[in-house]
Amino acid sequence: MTGTRVIRPTKSSSTGVSAIASFFRAREIPVAGALIALIIVTALVNPRFLSPQSVKDLMLNATIVIILAVGQALVIITRNVDLSIGSILGLVAFGTGTLFDIAPGMPIPLVFLIGMVFGAALGAINGALVTAAKVPALVITLGTMYIFRGVLTSWAGSKQYFSGDNPPEFGALSVDTFFGVPIITLVALVVVIAVGMFMHAVRSGRDLYAIGSDPDAARLFGISVSRRVLSAFMASGALTGLAGVLYTSRYNSVGALTGTGLELDVVAAVVVGGVAISGGTGTVVGAAIGAILLSTITSSLTATRVDKFWQQAIVGVLILSAIIIDRIVSARTARKLRVNEARDV
Amino acid sequence: MSETVTSAALKPRSGWTKVLTSNDAIIWYALIIVVVVASFTVRYFASPLTVGFLLIQIIPILLIAMPMALVIISSEIDLSVASIAGLTSAVMGVLWRDSGWDIGTVIFVSVLVGVVCGAFNGFLITTLGLPSLAVTIGTLALFRGLALVVIGDQKVANFPKELNAFVLSKIGSTGIPVVMIFVVLVIAIFAVILHFTPFGRGLYALGFSKEAASFVGIHVGRSKFWLFVGTGVVSSIVGVFLTLRLASAGPDNGTGMELSVIAAVLLGGVSIFGGKGSIPGVVGGVLLIGTLTYALRLAKVPETALIIVTGSLLVISVVAPSITAWASEKIRLSRIRKVVRGQTAAGTTTA
Repeated sequence: MTGTRVIRPTKSSSTGVSAIASFFRAREIPVAGALIALIIVTALVNPRFLSPQSVKDLMLNATIVIILAVGQALVIITRNVDLSIGSILGLVAFGTGTLFDIAPGMPIPLVFLIGMVFGAALGAINGALVTAAKVPALVITLGTMYIFRGVLTSWAGSKQYFSGDNPPEFGALSVDTFFGVPIITLVALVVVIAVGMFMHAVRSGRDLYAIGSDPDAARLFGISVSRRVLSAFMASGALTGLAGVLYTSRYNSVGALTGTGLELDVVAAVVVGGVAISGGTGTVVGAAIGAILLSTITSSLTATRVDKFWQQAIVGVLILSAIIIDRIVSARTARKLRVNEARDV
Repeated sequence: MSETVTSAALKPRSGWTKVLTSNDAIIWYALIIVVVVASFTVRYFASPLTVGFLLIQIIPILLIAMPMALVIISSEIDLSVASIAGLTSAVMGVLWRDSGWDIGTVIFVSVLVGVVCGAFNGFLITTLGLPSLAVTIGTLALFRGLALVVIGDQKVANFPKELNAFVLSKIGSTGIPVVMIFVVLVIAIFAVILHFTPFGRGLYALGFSKEAASFVGIHVGRSKFWLFVGTGVVSSIVGVFLTLRLASAGPDNGTGMELSVIAAVLLGGVSIFGGKGSIPGVVGGVLLIGTLTYALRLAKVPETALIIVTGSLLVISVVAPSITAWASEKIRLSRIRKVVRGQTAAGTTTA
């Protein structure tokens, strides 16, 4: 039942009419709609919300969560979860600060590369433990969340690196804009498009959906489940590493506590974006929109002078409504599939 | 020693050797080793003060670990416990400040918060059939958010001094907090529910297979609903306890506790797949993490290394059974292969 859901998107996009119909049925539409409605309402209440500076801030605030959400979506689609990303981000961010401290002249692309490799290595630890021990990722990554954080706090101690310690060109990445869009937001956009296309059209990307729908069926089908899950964790780690480097560029200081508590925000963004926590459905574009929605809510509340204390409660309500919508949609698809099967017989 | 007796009583059919080599027993051996080693090597560890400080610190985790063990055994999870404790604390603070009720009524109404929160989780999970992991991530944010809405960033601190003193009071010179009597009672209740009632036995069946459980006549939905209500109530009681112990009600009481609770429960031998675990094991798990952390802290091990210890314990506790299972499976298979080879050899000679 769930297995057939995987094939649906490619099948229904074959004809023009059904392509439009499936576009409107896509799970991203309600999230994107909510985001647009939120922006319009906020802008009506407070026109300054759409001033260039404010829009730039909105994009900057969303950037890092978008990248993290894309990585997390890859893992959740395979019916796993990575709770250690906050600690990985912290480690990479502090590592970036350290790199600039010991080798000030280091070329910036090399720093990005080192950060991503470092993140991928940490993700590989998660992936190896999950696939080798066949234990739910929730538990393993809960453990590595503590371990990575512990390693970071012993490494960093009370030391912090401030944005002034980094080369000015590096900090400029999150100040300079290209047609009004900050450079680091463009990086996030490229990530979303690249990973989105990979998940939509590349064989190994489709495999991740198959694994999340039904791991046993995927194995029977000849997909090397362990290797794919391991690479999903490594990819998520690499993207978290990228986000960590960008974090150092964007924020004033990095230290032992950088990234604490980020994991639940990111999982929330992914779930709100329509990626089912039970795996097999959802897109990285949806996850990215979920991330933008959650980070925009914070700014809208400030702009409309709603009590800031409501922010977290609203996030909670959004997560719950996202899961309920998922439930309704999947129940409807299941019913439709059953009807179709009956007709075929 | 007394603990092996109770676990023996819990498994009337198994022999002594089985009890002494069970997973629960291993946790208690580890605990005993930690206590003995710490008493000899760490200064000030072997004193009644230790018992008091240690227990007062782990009581919240010990309490929530009880219903959490039941929830995980039935292969669900509840991440919202710490937020329920926080919301309870916030409601309690505001009621005490604004309502003019006496403290007894305030505490009673605050515990009702847990009933409502737990029922809300239970409704979403059982009636709507949503995954508990996703639902409780949502309510983790929602309940903590409501706590902020209720009390803002203020603190209420003028609770009756006698209550704070009562929570911190000790039984005679033993160093054991008076509240421990209540905690032991709660542990006993949950042990009886899980191990000696049809409801509790049903939870194991639920954890193994939901379909099979409903075939043998277990009300899957109803059982799960009450589990989540139970978790809510205990979390609220912890919220009240934290408020009185710190003599302060705020929205951030208990933040992050859900992960420590789950870590302790899993270390205590409860399988994350459900269907496996016991209350003595979970109590051992909580005490083991608590004692180890306390001893290391006394030994002036930096706080940062302690996080690594907690994390590694958690990973080891879930990876180790898989590895031993893999190894014993390998041994079993090679033995079967040997027997089969012997038989076929015998078969060819007779033919």
